Amino acid sequence: MKPEKETMSTSELISKITELEEQIGRLKKQAESDLSKLEEEQNRADEAVNDLKVIQQQLLQQEKLASLGQLTAGIAHEIKNPLNFVNNFSELSMDFIQEIEEELDKLSDSPEKENILELLSDVKSNLLKIKHHGSRADGIVKSMLMHSRGGTGAMDLTDLNDLIREYVNLAFHGMRANKNPINVELRLELDESLPKITLNAEDFSRVILNLSKNAFDAMRDKIAAKGNSYKSILAVETRDFGDKVLIVVEDNGPGVPDEIRDKLLMPFFTTKKGTEGTGLGLSITHEIIKTHEGTLEIESELDQYTRFKITLPKTTT
Amino acid sequence: MKILIVDDEQDVETLFLQKFRKEIKSKVLEVMFAFSGEEALRLLGEEDSPEVVYVFSDINMPGMTGLELLEKIKSRFSNIQVSMISAYGDRDNYEKAIKSGAKGFFSKPVDFESLKQEIAELLTNK
Repeated sequence: MKPEKETMSTSELISKITELEEQIGRLKKQAESDLSKLEEEQNRADEAVNDLKVIQQQLLQQEKLASLGQLTAGIAHEIKNPLNFVNNFSELSMDFIQEIEEELDKLSDSPEKENILELLSDVKSNLLKIKHHGSRADGIVKSMLMHSRGGTGAMDLTDLNDLIREYVNLAFHGMRANKNPINVELRLELDESLPKITLNAEDFSRVILNLSKNAFDAMRDKIAAKGNSYKSILAVETRDFGDKVLIVVEDNGPGVPDEIRDKLLMPFFTTKKGTEGTGLGLSITHEIIKTHEGTLEIESELDQYTRFKITLPKTTT
Repeated sequence: MKILIVDDEQDVETLFLQKFRKEIKSKVLEVMFAFSGEEALRLLGEEDSPEVVYVFSDINMPGMTGLELLEKIKSRFSNIQVSMISAYGDRDNYEKAIKSGAKGFFSKPVDFESLKQEIAELLTNK
């Protein structure tokens, strides 16, 4: 018997060809979809590699910051002792000058005595300056040590709303009592149904103080630039987010330019002039939030607002 | 009354002498200095019955630490009071010091007012 193949009629051949064509079409479609899937996978792999690179860089940055932290803690400790001498000796010398002046009072007046008193008063004011700047340096050293201390304090169940009320208020009155006070409207929108959460109240109060103080400083600059038509507002909000709580600290100050937003959390970065800022406030704030396993985000629009969004887990491990 | 200050920072001597200038001048107080634990023990040992009634010692010193000095003084001269002065106000050192018989624990920077009070109490209970 001859093979079937050879006996196929023309019509049979045509139907076979169409069938084959259909099959090729299906395979082509399949190949195309496979290809697009492959491309998709490729894209995802590329993204993952990019993410990894970013994370790698962040880790590197964190590593650098961690070693910087250790370094600053070491330096701070070493500076503390000589600084104590500067402060103690200047204070002592001021006391002595006071005593000398009292002794001089007992002597009869003369041009020489007058001259001595004048010189002494100059020396005294110089000592006051030494003491003043020594104390300033001491304050910086203390915040540097605080910075590197990290998460040793006790974590207790705390009423976050109470803490915010207390420390926003404290920051406000501190600002009012210091030089260049400004008028600020405080808006507290606190979610009263918020449960107590575990946090280190001492450390976290610094977060609220720092953010409030920053807001006041920023708004002071805007007042200086815009005059009285601008009304400064500090709004602090809390919200229940399931297993997290959200804290928003927002001011309607000058905002943060894009190019410096990334630098805000870096230690020693400051936009404040001269001796006004140590550049440690926000970096400490970030550090404290991290030890609470929370996150800090900064949103801002120039001339409109700066918004610090903190999320905290309700229970920290 | 004689007290002994032990600290490896030499300027501590000047600081104390000036802070207690009046008391030293009126001879209410006599202040001696040692710049190491070893020197402190030598000074105390030189006298048969040391006149020093109170030792204030730094903890963090090269060589013998303040805590070691404390133990040695307590075992050899049981009637001398010892207080520690330390830059680290940490619980660990505090507890160790108190356990070894320290009378007090002052943290640096030294609050001279509380130190003066401590010494004044000593003078009245003499």
